[in-house]
Amino acid sequence: MKSAKVSFDDIHKAFESRIRLGIMAALAVNDSLDFTSLREYLNVSDGNLASHIKMLEKEKFIGIEKSFVDRKPNTKYFMTKEGKKAFDVHLNVLKNILDTQK
Amino acid sequence: MGKEQNYIEDLAEIRSMMERSSKFLSLSGWAGIMAGIYALAGAWIAYYFFGFNPDKIVYNIIDSAQELSDLSMVIIIAVLVLILAIGTAILFSYKKSHKKGEKIWNATSRRLLTNMAVPLLTGGIFILVLLSNDLIGLLAPSTLLFYGLALFNAGKFTYDEVKLLGIVQMVLGLFGAYFIEYSLIFWSIGFGIVHIIYGIYMYLRYDR
Repeated sequence: MKSAKVSFDDIHKAFESRIRLGIMAALAVNDSLDFTSLREYLNVSDGNLASHIKMLEKEKFIGIEKSFVDRKPNTKYFMTKEGKKAFDVHLNVLKNILDTQK
Repeated sequence: MGKEQNYIEDLAEIRSMMERSSKFLSLSGWAGIMAGIYALAGAWIAYYFFGFNPDKIVYNIIDSAQELSDLSMVIIIAVLVLILAIGTAILFSYKKSHKKGEKIWNATSRRLLTNMAVPLLTGGIFILVLLSNDLIGLLAPSTLLFYGLALFNAGKFTYDEVKLLGIVQMVLGLFGAYFIEYSLIFWSIGFGIVHIIYGIYMYLRYDR
């Protein structure tokens, strides 16, 4: 990522929402997280979180891991390699934008 | 530059989320201060009223009914101190997380507790082994050692200072194990004074 050429166009639309950024940030430092944990960290409603997760999933930035805990279905989310790459790029873009405008 | 402001906030949110979701940050300095006070009171009662101040490793306590009952009292005091300290820590953590609008029982606190529990349970069983072999002199240093290991292990999942606290406790435990006649003093320094200093520092740094 060349710093001089970075512009607002480089912002991936997946990262335009702060909630999606939050999901990605939490998954960047955790191997996997379940829906409830994500909801508690982000302080959003079920429906709201679900729609943001869906969008990130469609971009293949996060993956789903379904299992059973005490016979109850338990869905865990994790960051894909692709997602990790895109998120790192995005962090660089943010930093560069702020650096060049200083 | 509304957009730039937005990006600054984006980065701040990312950073805070990474920290919040990987570390349990609702430990309170007050819990450390109170734990230190309980420990000092407990050590004083054990020493003053029940003559607990081992100066050698092995004691044949079975020989004397008086010594046996004194030792039982010391163990009861130690367990009481432990329960009080844990209870206080949970209470203050509950208050702090409640204030931040977070649940106390979440992925980060679970991770913190499991990582503490493994060395602590091992230490607890080891202490029972020591007791059953009359190795009374090693009791106090062992609590310091295993507590230090637990803290060092847990340090990855909470404030970094907890790691340092763990190292200090382990060093005091090793000194206590070598200088058995001063082991109660090292125990009081570790669980009492070090906890209070740590608690005050954490309070000033994070709680105010």
